[in-house]
Amino acid sequence: MSPITPYHYLVLSAALFTIGVLGVMLRRNIIIIFMSIELMLNAVNISLAAFSDQWQNAIGQVFAIFVIAVAAAEAAVGLGIILAFFRNKDTLNIDDMNGLRW
Amino acid sequence: MLEAIVFYTLAVFTLGFGVLVITARNTVHSVLFLVANFLCVAVLYVALAAEFLAVIQVLVYAGGIVVLYLFVVMLVNLKAIPEAQLDPARRSRLGFAIAAALLVEVSAILVYAGQRAGPAAPAAVDTPARGNTELVGWLLYTDFLIPFELASVLLLVAMIGAILLARREA
Repeated sequence: MSPITPYHYLVLSAALFTIGVLGVMLRRNIIIIFMSIELMLNAVNISLAAFSDQWQNAIGQVFAIFVIAVAAAEAAVGLGIILAFFRNKDTLNIDDMNGLRW
Repeated sequence: MLEAIVFYTLAVFTLGFGVLVITARNTVHSVLFLVANFLCVAVLYVALAAEFLAVIQVLVYAGGIVVLYLFVVMLVNLKAIPEAQLDPARRSRLGFAIAAALLVEVSAILVYAGQRAGPAAPAAVDTPARGNTELVGWLLYTDFLIPFELASVLLLVAMIGAILLARREA
């Protein structure tokens, strides 16, 4: 078995990101779509940590911490929007989220 | 050898839980699979010698964000599951096509980057810190002080925004 390189982590990151994209594309439940976005942010963090390990430089980890902070802010605001949307429309189907459509 | 076993086991679990998150019918099950996925990623961070990031992952993601998700899932008492009103053939082919195109693109980048010689290793950060947590903290409070403060402002704004959005009209 070959040793584990940053390359392996990047392939894992790409696969996890694609799973997140699939979730956004295929599901209609907006909560699941938000969770898929979290999966994608996690995939990016894995590649940042892998680069950080490759270069023996902690700046990648600092970047990943900023990504986590932004993800937390996004989750808070997004879930607030979901609650407000559910109160108005009584559904979580993203196809019904067309109030701003031209 | 041990590293390879750990990595492949974790990779299988991470991707498996990721697939379960987007395929589970019950939203609460999805959230629980998401927790398992986050914990596997945290162990991956430990394998990458990013211990502080692993702790933050468990505290913020598995501890904070997931609880937020669970609260919302329980607050919105769904009578009609969104997928029940879905025309199954309409979106799925396009979704698979776009995801496959993305995977091909990212793989092409990886293959291309793997063939080229990488740039020279940047000089190690000159720091008095020892240990991962101390190093990350040192960087956050010196080179990245302004982004760090901006992140705190962003979190404050997001907190106020979330309260305003979720508040019932008085």
